Parts: sequence; C-alpha cells; structure tokens
Amino acid sequence: MDHIAVTVNGQLRPLRGVSAHTAALDWLREIGLTGSKEGCAEGECGACSILLATPDEHGGTRWTAVNACLVPAAALDGQEVVTAEGLGTPEHLHPVQARLAEAGGSQCGYCTPGFACSMAAEFYRADRVPSGAPDIASGGDAAATTISADAAADAAHGPNGFDLHALSGNLCRCTGYRPIRDAAYALGDPEPDDPLAERRTRPAPEPRTTLLEVDGERFIRPSSLDEALRVITEEPDAVVVAGSTDWGVEVNLRGRRTPLVLAIDHLPELRAVTFGDGVLEIGAALPLTDVERRLDGRVPLLDELFPQFASPLIRNRATIGGNLGTASPIGDTAPALLSLEARVVLVSGEGEREVDLAEFFTDYRQTLRRSDELIRAVRIPLPLARFTAFHKVAKRRFDDISSVAVGFALELNGDIVSSARIGLGGVAATPLRARATEAALAGRPWDLDTVRDAASVLGSEGSPMSDHRASAEYRSRMLATALLKLYRTRRGTRAEEPA
Amino acid sequence: MTELAERPAHPAVGQPLPHESAALHATGAAAYTDDLAARRHDALTAWPVQSEQAHALVSLDVRDALAVPGVVRVLTAAEVPGVNDAGAKGDEPLFPSEAMFHGHALAWVLAETTESARLGAAAVRVASEPLPSIMTAAEAIEAGSFQGIPRTIRRGDPEGALAAAPHVFEGTTLIGGQEHFYLETHASLAHVDSEGQVFVECSTQHPTEAQHVVAHVLGVPSNRVTVQSLRMGGGFGGKEVQPHGFAAVAALGATLTGRPVRVRLTRTQDLTMTGKRHPFHVEWRAGFDDDGRILALAATLTSDGGWCLDLSEPVTARALMHVDNAYWIPDVVVQGRIAKTNKTSQTAFRGFGGPQGMFVIEDILGRVAPILGVDAAALREHNFYVAGQTTPYGQPVRHAERLHEVWRRVRHESAFDERRARIVAFNAEHADTKRSLAITPVKFGISFTLTAYNQAGALVHVYQDGSVLINHGGTEMGQGLHTKMLQVAATALGVPLESVRFAPTRTDKVPNTSATAASSGADLNGGAVKHACEQIRDRMATVAGRMLGIDARDVRFSRGRVSGLGTTGPSVTFAEVVSAAHEQRVQLFAAGFYRTEGLHWDTEAMQGSPFKYFAYGAAACEVEVDGFTGTYRIRRVDIVHDVGDSLSPIVDLGQVEGGFVQGAGWLTLEDLRWDETEGPGRGRLLTRSASTYKLPSFSEMPEVFNVHFFERATEDGVVYGSKAVGEPPLMLAFSVREAIREAVAAFGPAGHSVELASPATPEAVFWAIEAARGTAATAGTVDAAAGRSDAPGRAGAADAERRLVPFDR
Repeated sequence: MDHIAVTVNGQLRPLRGVSAHTAALDWLREIGLTGSKEGCAEGECGACSILLATPDEHGGTRWTAVNACLVPAAALDGQEVVTAEGLGTPEHLHPVQARLAEAGGSQCGYCTPGFACSMAAEFYRADRVPSGAPDIASGGDAAATTISADAAADAAHGPNGFDLHALSGNLCRCTGYRPIRDAAYALGDPEPDDPLAERRTRPAPEPRTTLLEVDGERFIRPSSLDEALRVITEEPDAVVVAGSTDWGVEVNLRGRRTPLVLAIDHLPELRAVTFGDGVLEIGAALPLTDVERRLDGRVPLLDELFPQFASPLIRNRATIGGNLGTASPIGDTAPALLSLEARVVLVSGEGEREVDLAEFFTDYRQTLRRSDELIRAVRIPLPLARFTAFHKVAKRRFDDISSVAVGFALELNGDIVSSARIGLGGVAATPLRARATEAALAGRPWDLDTVRDAASVLGSEGSPMSDHRASAEYRSRMLATALLKLYRTRRGTRAEEPA
Repeated sequence: MTELAERPAHPAVGQPLPHESAALHATGAAAYTDDLAARRHDALTAWPVQSEQAHALVSLDVRDALAVPGVVRVLTAAEVPGVNDAGAKGDEPLFPSEAMFHGHALAWVLAETTESARLGAAAVRVASEPLPSIMTAAEAIEAGSFQGIPRTIRRGDPEGALAAAPHVFEGTTLIGGQEHFYLETHASLAHVDSEGQVFVECSTQHPTEAQHVVAHVLGVPSNRVTVQSLRMGGGFGGKEVQPHGFAAVAALGATLTGRPVRVRLTRTQDLTMTGKRHPFHVEWRAGFDDDGRILALAATLTSDGGWCLDLSEPVTARALMHVDNAYWIPDVVVQGRIAKTNKTSQTAFRGFGGPQGMFVIEDILGRVAPILGVDAAALREHNFYVAGQTTPYGQPVRHAERLHEVWRRVRHESAFDERRARIVAFNAEHADTKRSLAITPVKFGISFTLTAYNQAGALVHVYQDGSVLINHGGTEMGQGLHTKMLQVAATALGVPLESVRFAPTRTDKVPNTSATAASSGADLNGGAVKHACEQIRDRMATVAGRMLGIDARDVRFSRGRVSGLGTTGPSVTFAEVVSAAHEQRVQLFAAGFYRTEGLHWDTEAMQGSPFKYFAYGAAACEVEVDGFTGTYRIRRVDIVHDVGDSLSPIVDLGQVEGGFVQGAGWLTLEDLRWDETEGPGRGRLLTRSASTYKLPSFSEMPEVFNVHFFERATEDGVVYGSKAVGEPPLMLAFSVREAIREAVAAFGPAGHSVELASPATPEAVFWAIEAARGTAATAGTVDAAAGRSDAPGRAGAADAERRLVPFDR
C-alpha cells in the first residue's frame, strides 16, 4: 500500500504496516521518530503533539498542533506533518527549542518535544501580534497610544502576543511551568527564510480519498458526501469519525475495534459556517478552532465556551458533530447549544431532516440519529438572545471535564425577563434544558428575588450522580449558584449585541 | 571550612547552566527506555493479566492465550527459576496465587506485537475465590490489619503536659495520597547477550536493586546481570523500588525466549498497578499556652501502606521525624503504624513521609490559630526552633537561625504586611470573592534514615587527549544530577565543562549503589566524583610540578590550564600534562567513594542524629477563592529557600518551582478515588487515567512566582558547600493550603476555625465556605445575597468545629 503516504518532516514516508486502528503516534515511533511520546494515549497530556499542515481561510496553510495519539495514521494519507525532530536538531535548534532549552524549560524532557510542537504552532500563528505594538486604530497621538509590552500582556498573553492557552493541553510534571511560559514569551517572529513560515504561504495538502484494508479492518475516507452516505447505509456498524478525539480514546484505552472507520472530516458540506436569513448554520465536521475563527466573536456564548472546551490540541480536531453525536452528558457544546435553541441537521440518502437539539438526546449516549444518517450541521436561530453566559465547574481550570456546565441565554425586555433558555450538562444521563427554571424566570423582573427563586428551582433540575469528579450534592448546588453568580457578576453587562 | 565544601577559583559549579540534555529533550533526540525498544524490531512485548478483584485466591488457565496469533509465551509462577518475589522484603510475589488488589498483575503474556499481547492477556482465564478486602486506613484500624513494625518517638511527658495545658485541641486528620504521574510510565527492556549475560535497560532510580531483584528471580548471581538506567521521564520516588518487578518480567521473558522483551505500562496500567504517596490517618491532641506556645503533642499516624510493605516503614518513620516541622514541641509522643489494605503498594514519593508528617502540625496550627485568637503567621513564627534546641528524636537543630532569617526575608520580599492590609480592604469590598496571603516554613532533614544508604561510588577516566568521562551511581530523572556532576568534575579537575562527558548509569561500572533518592543524589555522588577526580588530579600535579619546575603542592588546575601559584608564571595545558603523565605511566583513571560522616540512628529507640543537615525554606502564597464554586487561583508566590551554595542555579530553581507546584497539586487538586463500596467493583481505582486524575497544568502555575535562594549559605561538609534540593521545596506548598484556609475563613466572621479536606479541591473548598457561612449565620452577620440556599452545609467542617472545642480550664 505504498500509494498511502505521508510527508513527515519534508520526507515522503509510505504508511506501511498500519491498520485502521493504528494511531499516528505509534506509526511515527515505528519509523524511528521516537521524539513523540505516549504519556496518556487519550489526548490529555500532549507529549505526543505534532504539527499538521491545515488550510487557513486565505488559501494558505496553518501549522496546527494535534495529539498524534488520537489521529489515526491512515487519516494522515496525503498530509504533511512535522515532529519535534523536524523542527530542529541538537546542533541546529529551532527557535522554540532554543528558548525552551536555555530557559530551563525541560527537566526530565519527556514532555518537551510535545511542548515544542504546541509552542511552534503558536509561534507560527499568522495573527500573533505583539501586544506592545502601538494601537494604530485608536488614532491620535502615537506616543500616547503606545503602551509598554509588559503592561499590555495579561497573565495569559506574552508581550510577543503568545497566547499561553496554546500550551494548556500539554502537561509537565517537573518544572511547574514558569520557565516554559518564559520561553514562550521570549519568542520573536520567524526568520524570513524559515521554511515552515514560508510553507504557510502555499495551500495545505488537499484531502485525499483513502481506502486502507488490513486484516479485514478498513479505514475509508470517501470522495464525497454521497459516497459516505452510501457506505453507512450499507454498513450501519461503521464508526464515523471526524477529528477522532473521542474514538481514539476508545481505541487506545478501551481496546475498541471496528471493521470500518469512516472519516468524514474533509467533506465540504460538513465544514461550512453560514449566517443566513434568521439562522446561523455551523458545519458538523469543522474543527472547533476553525468554528471559533470563522464566528469571530459573533456568538458571544460560544466565544465564552471555546476556551473552556478541553485544550487547543483537542479543539484543533474535535467537532460539534462529534461532541453531539457521542452524546456524552458531560460534553460541553450541548449545554451551550441547548440554550441557543440549536437544531441538528441530519442527512441520509433520503434527504435531510432537522430536529430540536432538546429532543435529540434520548438516553445515556443515545440519540435520534439513525445509523444511515450523518450529522451535517447545527442551526442556531437568529437573532441571538442578548444576555448569554457559559458556566463550567471543574476541578482544574484548564483542560478538565465538567462536573457541571450551564449555558444561559436570556432575553430582557427592560428589566423583565422576556425569555430564558438554559442548557445543562453533568446533571443527568443526557444534556437537558432546564425548563422549570426557564419558566420560573420568564415574565418576572430580573432582580435578586427572582434569581433566588429561580436558583432554587435550578438546583433541583436533573438528577445528578456522585462520582470521582463531584458529589451529586455539589453538582446541584453548582446549578443554583451558577444563576446567582450570573446575576451578581454580570447584571450590569448586557452589552452583547446580536450577531 | 572543610576541604569538601571549599571551592577553587573559577569553579564550574555555581554556573547557571541549562540541563545537560536540554537540546536533546527539545528536539526529541533524547532517548528513553522504550525509545530503545522501538528501534528493536525483534523485541517481544509483555502485557499483564490484571486482577479484577480487590482480594481473591486465583488460578489461571493460559491455554486460550497461547492460541491467540502472535502470542509467544505466558509467564507464570511455574516459569520462575529463582525466587518468585519482586521486592526486597520477601512479601511481593512476582506471580501471585492470591490477588491482593484490584489491578494486581497475575501473569504476563509475551507476544510479537502490543495488539496480540493485549488480546492474549484478555484470553487468559482467571478463576478466583473472593476474600474479604480492606480499602482504607480507617477500615484497617477497625479490623486490626497492620504490617511492619510500629515505631514511637517520645520526649518528655506529653500526657502530663496535655493534662496541664491551658488549651487542648484534638482532632482526626485524613491526608490524601498522590500519584507520581511521571510522564514516562514504567519501562524495561531486557536481552541476553552472546555470553549469557542479562542486560536490562530500566527506567529506575535504583539500578542496583533492579540488578538484585532480576538476579534472584532468575536464580543467577549478580555478576550475570547488568542494569542500565539511561534517563527517566520523571521519577519522584515512584521508580525507587517499583520498577524492579517489571525489570524481572522482561529479564525472565528474555531468558526464556532468547528474544529481547519490553515492558512498558500504559498509563492506566501504571495507575492501577504501581504505588503512590501514602494516605495517612492521624489522630492528635495538642496543648497550647495562653501565648500560643505549643506545649505538647500526642499523635498516632497510621499510614495506608497498601498490600505489601515496600518502603512503608521508612516512609512512616520519616513522617514521625517531621511532625515537628520547624517548631519546638517540648513534650511529644508520636506513634506510627502501617495499615495493610487491598490497594497498590504505596511507596516513596518526593518527601517520603515528611510531607505527611508536616501536614499534621501545619493543619493543627492553621485550625487552632483563630480559636487562640492569634494570627496564623505569628503563631508559626512564635513556635520556631531556636539555637540549642533539639528535635523530638534528639538531633540538635543546627542553623536554626536560618529559619528565622529565611522567614524575615520572605516577609520582606513578599511585602507581606502591606499586601495583607490591601487584602483586608479587598475582602471588605467583595462578598463573593476572598483573597488571602499565608506564609509557612519548611525544615527538612537530609540523608537516608537507613544509614547504610549514605554511600556512593564513581569512576572517572581521563583519556590521552585530555577528555574526561565520568560514571557515577546516581540516576537522572530530570533533576539535573548529571548536569551537577559534570560541573563537579570540571571543577575538581580544573577543566572546561565541554571536555567532560558522562556515561549512563550502569551497574557494571559502579556497583552497590544506593537509590537516587532522599534528595541526596548530588551530595553523595558529588562527593564520590570529586574524590575520584582529586586522586587523578593529585597524580597529575606531581607530573606537572616536574614540567613547571615547582613543587606539586603548588600546582593549580583551572579552566584547562595547569600552573603554579600566582598568575605570571609558566603554564601548560591540561592535555599536555595528561600526555606527559601517560608517557610516565601514571594512572589516569580512578574510582571514587563517599560516605556521609557523623550519622547515627537507633531504629529501636527512634533517637539519634540521622540527618547530615536540615534544608530550610519559607513561602508566602496569595490565593483568590470564588465563593460561588470553591474554585481558587494562585495569584502570587514568594519563596526563599536554602540550597547552600548552589551547584547549579538553573537546576536548583527548577527543583524549587517544580517541587512547589507538585506539592500544590497534592494538597489541592490531585484526587485519588477508589471504589470503596461493597459492590462488584470494590477496590477498583476510579481515577485511572489522565482524564480523571488531574495534575497541575498551566492554570495552577502561580501567576507571579518569585524564588530567591538564601544567601551566604555555604553548607560545611557537603560537596562544594551545596545543599540537597529535590524534596524540601514540595513542602513549601503548605502555604497554598493555608492561604485557601484563611480565604475560606474570610467568608465568615473572625475567630472561627476552618477545616479543609485533603485534597482541598474546589468542591471541598466550597463546603468549607458553606460551613464558614453557617458560622456566620449563627453570628448574625450574614451577607444574605452571598448565594446560600436553605440547604444545610455538608457535614465536615461543622464536625471539625465540634472536635475542636477547646478544653479551657
């Protein structure tokens, strides 16, 4: 199967010896590129991070950091990847490697190649702009608008514009992170002759139609949506993947195997973001990072959600379709989308149908999607509610799974709550709408009495369980306090404008 | 100053150098044990068959496994030619007939690929006969399930002092465990060479013990087995004794099949099979006078040792020795015992019981300060050791004044008083968010408490071109030991760093080594490397003296040149002297040896001077706590830590910062949960993956992190005046826990005690806030809009309050 090949560090390498279930990480290590490490095999630690050439919005290429432990090797067919070994060598260090090394950013060094790749992705981010740059747009006296780099940098951004969240999917057990942060904040811009910077100006590799079959197990990347629908109609047990951030965990940690993996992440019908007449449609197979970029802040609730959804390494591959399709009660997009009254667009050989997201989840990990259907998109009605918020409670601030998540979308008419839509995660077998709370808010004045009453209703929604993340009692209390916190911290800010 | 501590002119020690492998780390060129396996396509993979019962008699049927394509062999007890035991205590059968915990490896399947090994293991049939199981220290106490020898440290008349004390408090404190979560899981790769020698690559902190375990499992003498520890992707104590059963499995497989065999645990296997920091159950009574002076302490510490003894005895002993932390306790009795439970065998973890011991006194001080009406920072300072006092086990507290100086400097660097005033103002204005600034000290004893471990060896070669190769018994787990040893050798020989190389640690170069542990790697191996280098240097001085026409005693080696005293005389290069020495048949290699002088310890009486010296430090930490959720963030940390004269400042800074964050993880975030129900999953580790066991990420890094080394801190009697640094900084993180406690208290009225669970997760903090507010309700100063519902706060803090009622008289 030498026609299946990947460009690794500038060299074309045939994907020999891989099965439909081989992770890119295992294949890279098999061909001698052992810089990428397995630390957890579930996309939590980032020790396996590599760079993938993906298309940007301007016909060029973006270097995107991904977890090689979750990406099927076969999904890289025809693609370009760069590993830590490809960034630089001990004799000729890449700038991120040089900064990491001299800053004391490595101790045991096991996580370091992964950090180097995540850091390189942010290093090459085209819109990374030093925060110390003069604010031209504000006009006026240049001297007065020039701000010092240090003053402008907040805790999560360096003076060079480096967004620390870019590293939030990488774990280091040795350093305590400070030197890694300092290394990141000391980075300059790529040199003009930097080959990876130059590579950004040319298009990313086209997706390729792939058929890999080994020992009766297949990986198929179909040529079109029609073909994808034909395949799942004929083979209802096919596992449909886009970013494979969920399926990869099943394969690695739970030993799940399937006769057929169907990759749909490249299908254009599943990758669009369109603001239409009264509706916003978001493609189901577009990575969340791209959704965030294309929405560009026009859906404030989702803008609040994205940074709290796993890590950039995951968001660079994970999709809304995957997060809804897997139907986990603790997936973070569902509570947000429920509050926005999103609808799910399902497509099959017979055509499309649209279902209310609130009806979509039928039981624990069960949905209305038939095996011959794909989630093509979600539709969010416009205009958006003007007062929205996303509250997530977890043990750890960065990259943790929700104990409880709440999406709020309120419409206020003067001081009266004209409508309230609230989506909940983590408190039942499925994500759900807090309908009793919505009713307790609707038509009442937006004041402390209403909020207290509604909070006690909210605290009794769902039927939370106790587990290793949180007790049932805490989960219920977090629902109630979410509304109080919303009121106390945001009552004066209703500035979000509809998209 | 002793010769050992004295530094020559222009020393390589003290230079701020990055880790010697930093460029290799960053480019992925640094090889770890399983990277070697990836390059050996003839290697078989070993996969464990794990128990699904917490405690059961088991018997295995492996026939179906052998039918799985790719499976080559199944290793069971019947295959062991030597002793079927993986440890040093004789209580760890490598292939058990009694499963002692959920996840216990019962057999190992060898196969051509990881996939076939996994499927093979799944095909092994396990017949089991369940036995009663014990999951917690409390259950073990109830059932009388203990192991090892209990120990007691006693001084004075604590019972009498407690009876007479004006204020007596008592309580029960539960201290959580911690998973090491080194990024590299356990790995071993073994093969048998053409001469029948067994060579094992092992990610171990203790190659010598790996060698011994492999030899006794194979039934061969130690001279047939060589163990190499290339570098580890983190150790933290988790690879001090735990790797050796895995090394034995690989070696046994290689011996039986003639093929290289690799063991590399998946994260879940590592979490479910290997030991962790000991959880502790502590019952205590403490007496204070009206001025807040500690009068007496009586405590019983029960460590949860898991299924076998492992290192639980020395861990528990070190906990007893650190119950005092930095404080003079005139009359004291602390008893330690080890619970036997059906869990992983708890083991060494950075601090080795010290953190749990200190937890006891820091928890007591944090809880009682409000009731005594004393500020917690003042209460701590008030009780510090002063010069001339001794620890409860009879060791003089040398340099007690450093404790006071470190404390003063932290208060100064952190602008403690000004910022506290600002925080009071902030808290007055914010009902839903509270901040706090807390300061805590560390005094930590350095040396292995097993005196025999305090020795080390080295082997140094000078080649004819003047290049130097060093070997020593210490292992590299990221702590920068090799970096320091290169600096020591370059300093001792007076050569540039670039001309010194080290070779990976292996047992056929330096035998009979101690574990790289107890923070002692640089002290011990540095002493040995220096000793070897100085033998060579002294021989070369004789040669150089003749070349330069001066007395050998006046020869100086510095920066690659050899000269007499003064700067104006003639000089020759190091390489020229080497060349001349070789011509004259002078030996240019040497074995070095070091033993720590002055240690003595009576294990039975628990009295003596087990430590060479104490490491001191203090940290001031500011946190902000969200009253709605119990979540918190570390806003700023200021540390002053005593590393003596640093051998390698970047390395030491990394140890301080990394240790602090790891300690903060233990105290606040890292939450091990086991199934303690009577259901079918009893004994199962619930937090068995990176998605359920959360260690600190960037979000736990202090937003402002200032670390200073204590200055003019030469430690006499230690290599180049330095001090050990691996473990002590972890315990600076008590400042985080105490800051959270004080921020929680700020949600209620002054003067009330706050009990915090361990770890102080957001949920635990939330319930503590609820309890503080509950106190507020009684006092009638409630902020009605602060988000309380009518539901009563969960038990815990309220119970603590009851237990904390002072017996005033």
